[in-house]
Amino acid sequence: MIHVEGVTKTYGSKVVLDNLDLDVQDGETFVVIGKSGSGKSTLLRLMIGLTKPDSGRVVVLTKNVPRLSRKRLRRFRTKMGYLFQSGALVNWLTLAQNVALPLLENPNFPRKRIDAKVMEVLYRVGLYDAAHLMPDQLSGGMRKRGGLARSLVTDPQVMLYDEPTTGLDPVTAHAIDQLIIDLKQRTGVTSVVVSHDMEGAFRVADRIAMLYRGRIIATGTPDEIRLSADPVVHQFITGSLEGPLAEFAQKEEKS
Amino acid sequence: MNPANGPLGAVAGLGRAVAELFDRAGYTIVLLVRGTGWAFRKPRWRMTFSLMYDGGIQSLPVVAIVALFAGMIISLQTGIFLEQLGQGETVGRIVAQTFAREFGPFMTCIILVGTVVSAYAAEIGTMAVSEEVSALEVLSVRPASYLVAPRIVALTVMTFFLTVVADIIGVIGGGLVAMNQIGLPMDRYLENALDTLSGREWGYLPKDVYAGLMKASFTGWVMAGVGCAQGLQARGGALGVGRAVRTAVITSIVLTLIISYNFSWVAYQAFPS
Repeated sequence: MIHVEGVTKTYGSKVVLDNLDLDVQDGETFVVIGKSGSGKSTLLRLMIGLTKPDSGRVVVLTKNVPRLSRKRLRRFRTKMGYLFQSGALVNWLTLAQNVALPLLENPNFPRKRIDAKVMEVLYRVGLYDAAHLMPDQLSGGMRKRGGLARSLVTDPQVMLYDEPTTGLDPVTAHAIDQLIIDLKQRTGVTSVVVSHDMEGAFRVADRIAMLYRGRIIATGTPDEIRLSADPVVHQFITGSLEGPLAEFAQKEEKS
Repeated sequence: MNPANGPLGAVAGLGRAVAELFDRAGYTIVLLVRGTGWAFRKPRWRMTFSLMYDGGIQSLPVVAIVALFAGMIISLQTGIFLEQLGQGETVGRIVAQTFAREFGPFMTCIILVGTVVSAYAAEIGTMAVSEEVSALEVLSVRPASYLVAPRIVALTVMTFFLTVVADIIGVIGGGLVAMNQIGLPMDRYLENALDTLSGREWGYLPKDVYAGLMKASFTGWVMAGVGCAQGLQARGGALGVGRAVRTAVITSIVLTLIISYNFSWVAYQAFPS
């Protein structure tokens, strides 16, 4: 379903992804964990064609994304959903108008069905009663759920989640995680979740991969990752202050 | 000595700045062309009228006040001098020509740079740094169609109408001063003012008026592209948005002057009749 092969991406002199390989199976929820600034969001942006790699292949739904023309990329994206960190709702549209936007821009979607479809997805994410509110009237969690509703309204085959629970209280974060799980059970959608919220990662993941210094250093089921002997993985999931992650951060600061 | 700090470094820095300038100019031109194309292919009337109201109608009081006082000042300054020469009656001619040819379009554009172009750069810049523009792309919504096209149409149209308002109010302001300070009757002032606007090539519309309005609309079109392009290229949070707004304002003011001069040259030097 998703095949990333030998991808390198640099910003200036900083190598963010270094010859990275990754495979995500059809219908699974794959969580990528790693420190802030480790290139997790870049990886998602590569999968949906918002960023191009310096080298390597990113194949999603049988399409080599970096090689797609603008027209084909737009068509490809209609099968994809992307939840941004902040929800990224357009601030002059109501929540319902935001959710309707991708349908209104699609000339093939029947106009008569738009209202019903919008209210259906808003109901699924628990925002049925907030349809008329503007984004600045929504809480952080509601904005994320609104962004999720907007992604779901086109019935995507692949969902990409960029830090879906960052900045939320534990209860709201749990609710978002539950939505991700429900969505997978209901539609069988393939999901890639980028996160550093370990509790959430263990909750939603079928498999977890750890991104460190531009490469995937460990992949496994939540239990395998929990029991990993790799010192980097161990330090990350326990949140310990001492270990290779801290030493690397110190070296980076000095350089 | 580190070569990066010496003359070679300075040349390299200059080269980078020139390359970036061309890169940004190219991006703006492509965006303007794409946005204009989308304005015809997929007009978004509701958003366009809303932007016209926000940017145009709300700028109307500022344009009116500035035009009124500018007309009064020109009339007063030239009137005093012309009266000493016994040419007080010609003040209407000077005010009308100054406004129709240059001052109306220029003044309107400069006001719109401060009120509208800066707002375009700030709005779209904020959307860019908060990933809203990326979200539109992911949803297969073209920013050139959804964000840029309505703004291009709104500013082009509103620059035209606000320049008409500025021209009329400026001439009236000049007339009020001519009447009260120089003792020139209003009907005599207006007769002179209208008489001086040269040429009647397009029906009854004087060339001074339509050339000025075309210049204003063209400048509005370019300024809209500059504001949107700077906004879309904003990076790095609030600082990046501030930088985008500043660059949009400076670029628009400089372009307004350049366009103004070149349009005047074409209208009155290359095609004088």
